[in-house]
Amino acid sequence: MSTEDLRIVWIYPDLLSTYGDRGNMLILAARARARGIPVETIEIRSDQALPDSADLYLLGGGEDGPQALAAQRLNADGGLHRAVARGSVVFAVCAGYQLLGTSFFAKGAAYPGLSLLDLQSDRGPARAVGELHGVIDPRLGLPPLSGFENHGGRTHLGPGVSPLAQVTTGIGNDGTSEGAWRGNLIGTYSHGPALSRNPALADLLLRWATGAGYLPPLDDTWTDRLRHERQVAVAP
Amino acid sequence: MPLRAKVASSVSRTAAALSRAAGRGDGSVIGGWIGLKIDPELLKHLAAGRSVALISGTNGKTTTTKLTVAALESAGRVATNAFGANMPTGHTSALAKAGATPYAVLEVDEHYLARVLDETRPRAVALLNLSRDQLDRAKEVAMMAQMWREALAHHPDVHVVANADDPMVTWAAYHCASVTWFSAGQRWHDDSWVCPECGGAIERAGGDWRCTTCPLRRPRPQWVVEEDGVVDPTGAWHQVKLSLPGTVNIGNAATALAVAAQFGVRPADAVLRLGSVTSVAGRYAQVERDGRLIRLLLAKNPASWLEAFDMAEAAPTLLSINARDPDGLDTSWLFDVDFAPLYGRRVLITGDRAYDLAVRLQVNGIPFEHVTSFADALAAVPPGRLEVIANYTAFQDIRAELDRVN
Repeated sequence: MSTEDLRIVWIYPDLLSTYGDRGNMLILAARARARGIPVETIEIRSDQALPDSADLYLLGGGEDGPQALAAQRLNADGGLHRAVARGSVVFAVCAGYQLLGTSFFAKGAAYPGLSLLDLQSDRGPARAVGELHGVIDPRLGLPPLSGFENHGGRTHLGPGVSPLAQVTTGIGNDGTSEGAWRGNLIGTYSHGPALSRNPALADLLLRWATGAGYLPPLDDTWTDRLRHERQVAVAP
Repeated sequence: MPLRAKVASSVSRTAAALSRAAGRGDGSVIGGWIGLKIDPELLKHLAAGRSVALISGTNGKTTTTKLTVAALESAGRVATNAFGANMPTGHTSALAKAGATPYAVLEVDEHYLARVLDETRPRAVALLNLSRDQLDRAKEVAMMAQMWREALAHHPDVHVVANADDPMVTWAAYHCASVTWFSAGQRWHDDSWVCPECGGAIERAGGDWRCTTCPLRRPRPQWVVEEDGVVDPTGAWHQVKLSLPGTVNIGNAATALAVAAQFGVRPADAVLRLGSVTSVAGRYAQVERDGRLIRLLLAKNPASWLEAFDMAEAAPTLLSINARDPDGLDTSWLFDVDFAPLYGRRVLITGDRAYDLAVRLQVNGIPFEHVTSFADALAAVPPGRLEVIANYTAFQDIRAELDRVN
């Protein structure tokens, strides 16, 4: 292990890995290596201590029970809080996104979250399942968000965070806004391998994590075709 | 059988026959639906007087059902839902069509197990495995295990044949009074790292597993797959000669033998009959077309993709992915599958969602060619074997194109 490597930690794949969540780690590693950046990927199970010195942390989706357990263990561990205080990057999807807030709903009760983002989640009237598209906060300089959501929660943002996107198709937080970000932390309801359809978002995370102002472009022909196809599929 | 049930059963058969004649599929769903409208208790009446076995799980149900039928036929006539119509309408239609038989082996969709247990009062139920399938509509894995556990608690008289290698299945059957455990091996572990009993971590070593914080652990199996055969509870080894590929099907054969044993069929007699099963609803079927020997493999979720890679030979391979309603609309699962076993083979991709697959293969470092139809795929490969691995509706599309009926 070299300290020059980009270190990516996938937090608790034993608890938070519902549907292709591994994809985000694989995509970030592949896109970094394609630029000649050496990468170390680390999977930390829930019975291990979370290292606080990595560059980028990933949180995936999960069922109610594992989500509640993950919150409890992450709060007890404190590693993620120390990493965020050091300026590490966090990318969280679905249940992992809810975890970053002050509270979330699971198994019919409210649980304390990690309080890393000013937001709280409760239950919505119906499950949100389907394509999720939106216009991303212009300050991030990214093309539209394209993804798939599958969650029963609704998320209410406080003044300390900004929405990641304004919804054009789907539900996201509440039918209007989707996801949240502050500093180097991003959360989204676009679940599973969210970065597979959003390579520019993957590159933003890599730029934040490496401090590189610029990354040479990659051949994203297939991703572009996929994004276009999904855009056409949801067009009215 | 009460008169109402007789009428319902007769109308059900007629409706199914009409539906078939009209070219609207095999009619098993519509026939059963009409029969149950006339007599909601019809399935109960049709099952009464038969010795019934139910087969359920995420993967392998259709194949295991067919193997169990083959094994049981040495004892007498067997009614079965051979078309994979695995909900109560399909069961009703299958039993109505079969007439009186001493035995019935029914494939049951895992969501309907409780209801079908109530209505058919089976002698035995086989629980194969539980893993993620189509999360945008199916129940999550732990919830399904909970449903099974509750359903089985209402039927202490049913004998359970359960997979000791799957912690979720084991937990569902753990407190049943009468259980036979089998070990068929399991390639997919990603849905059972957390103990369903206590939330502790599950530890695996070799084929064994146990919870690190509570007493839940792998039970000692009585039926075990060993090389190309099965060891029965007496310790005798039976070679299994199947016409179906893959280690996973030896496991399905072990399950079939364990179920048949509950009906008094000796494994030595049953095992010889299993080779008669050559294709299952078109799966594993080999078709020759323009000098290409095409084999169709169905893979509908991450666990079954891993098994399909094990079955496929090192030949040009066509992958086809759709995301229509029966497949689940979400393609995220593609990132749960490691396509590395395909490395070094010539890979072609097609289907409605070929671009999702393209992005996945690119991240996996697997070179591929995109073709827009099955015909183009055939034209692109030289004479010889072509392996085709497809998910549900993509599989049906290709089957229709090859114009095969079972």
